[in-house]
Amino acid sequence: MRKGVFSAVIELIRAIGHYVNDALQTLGFAARFLVMILVYSGQSFRRFHLTIREIYFSGFQSLLIILVSGLFIGMVLGMQGYETLQRYGSSEALGVLVALSLTRELGPVVAALLFASRAGSSITAEIGLMKATEQLTAMDMMAVNPIARVVAPRFWGGVISMPLLAALFSAIGVFGGYLVGVVLIGVDEGAFWSQMQGSVDFDLDIVNGIIKSFVFGIAVSLIAVFEGYDAVPTAEGVSGSIKRTVVYSALAILALDLVLTSFMFRGV
Amino acid sequence: MSRKLLDLWVGFFVVLGFAAVLFLALRVGNVSSANFAETYLLSARFDNIGGLKVRGPVKSAGVVIGRVTEIHIDPQSYEAVVAMKIDSRYQFPKDTFASILTAGLLGEQYIGLDAGGDEKMLNPGDSFAKTQSAVVLEKLIGQFMFSKASETPGDSK
Repeated sequence: MRKGVFSAVIELIRAIGHYVNDALQTLGFAARFLVMILVYSGQSFRRFHLTIREIYFSGFQSLLIILVSGLFIGMVLGMQGYETLQRYGSSEALGVLVALSLTRELGPVVAALLFASRAGSSITAEIGLMKATEQLTAMDMMAVNPIARVVAPRFWGGVISMPLLAALFSAIGVFGGYLVGVVLIGVDEGAFWSQMQGSVDFDLDIVNGIIKSFVFGIAVSLIAVFEGYDAVPTAEGVSGSIKRTVVYSALAILALDLVLTSFMFRGV
Repeated sequence: MSRKLLDLWVGFFVVLGFAAVLFLALRVGNVSSANFAETYLLSARFDNIGGLKVRGPVKSAGVVIGRVTEIHIDPQSYEAVVAMKIDSRYQFPKDTFASILTAGLLGEQYIGLDAGGDEKMLNPGDSFAKTQSAVVLEKLIGQFMFSKASETPGDSK
């Protein structure tokens, strides 16, 4: 009886150790993978049309979902913000509220979450299926480096697209807030824009938002290509990889957001 | 899809993205008016700055003419020293009154400058002679309570 409890505890500790070891190994592999991508980037940039193709697939094709969600989020911000602000008699500050929440937080974060589920998952699926059907191995056999040919263009396509998408998200969101606040509810147009311009700082708010989205772009693209490359080459394995891409990307985005925000906006 | 068409769409996407950044910079933010072209430094001493922050606005007659650049405390006199950048287009007389005011009931705090009538102007690096500290609500309530308590019981009847 005593021995049974003892060995169960040992088993539990061993399971934890196994899990941590596995996680560390994957992390180390991901870090080496990032270095490999950077090393072979030069080779893949020599055929830049590959990267342009990926910008088309992950950036341009995400435009619709980004623009529509941005518009709706801006409109909701306009409604909710007005509802709260008018209690304090400061509904003219609606523009400030909408613009600051979008440029600082919602733009980069929500655009990155959408990007991870729209483009990240499809990148993982594509690379995972290439691996499952042994296309990557075949490329290697033909002396074509699969990292330079397949992985690096997808990685850079994501990194380049992400800040542009986040900026578009914020811009269309501000427009959505304008539509609801000024056109629908009737906040004074001049006050809406001028208070916004008075409070939104280019360096502090807009540039920091772009830096955030750039960092998110790196994280999401790396996770997407890595999970695809690391996929177990079966139908089940690929589906697990896609799931992990979305989950890990979302967690990475939110965690990085906390870290970046604590560095950028300390409320001096 | 042909490469030309692909290039066209990607170009369109990139241009749209940069247009969004431009829109954020010019319409939402204020690249033009936030950075005054030429500025000079002035400083002021306050007993209490309340909630004034670095980058807070400096206004004269309600117009933003500068920004607070630095706030520190003077170790000798224990006064707060506020340094501010003022647009060089505007000069202020020596007896200008600097006070810390609040925008609205709950708004941010800013420095208001009331120009005096002196012939001489403040030079860069000068300090305002006359200042008024921020109104601290707790102190105000404390004073009110104190004066209320010191009233003789006969007064209140």
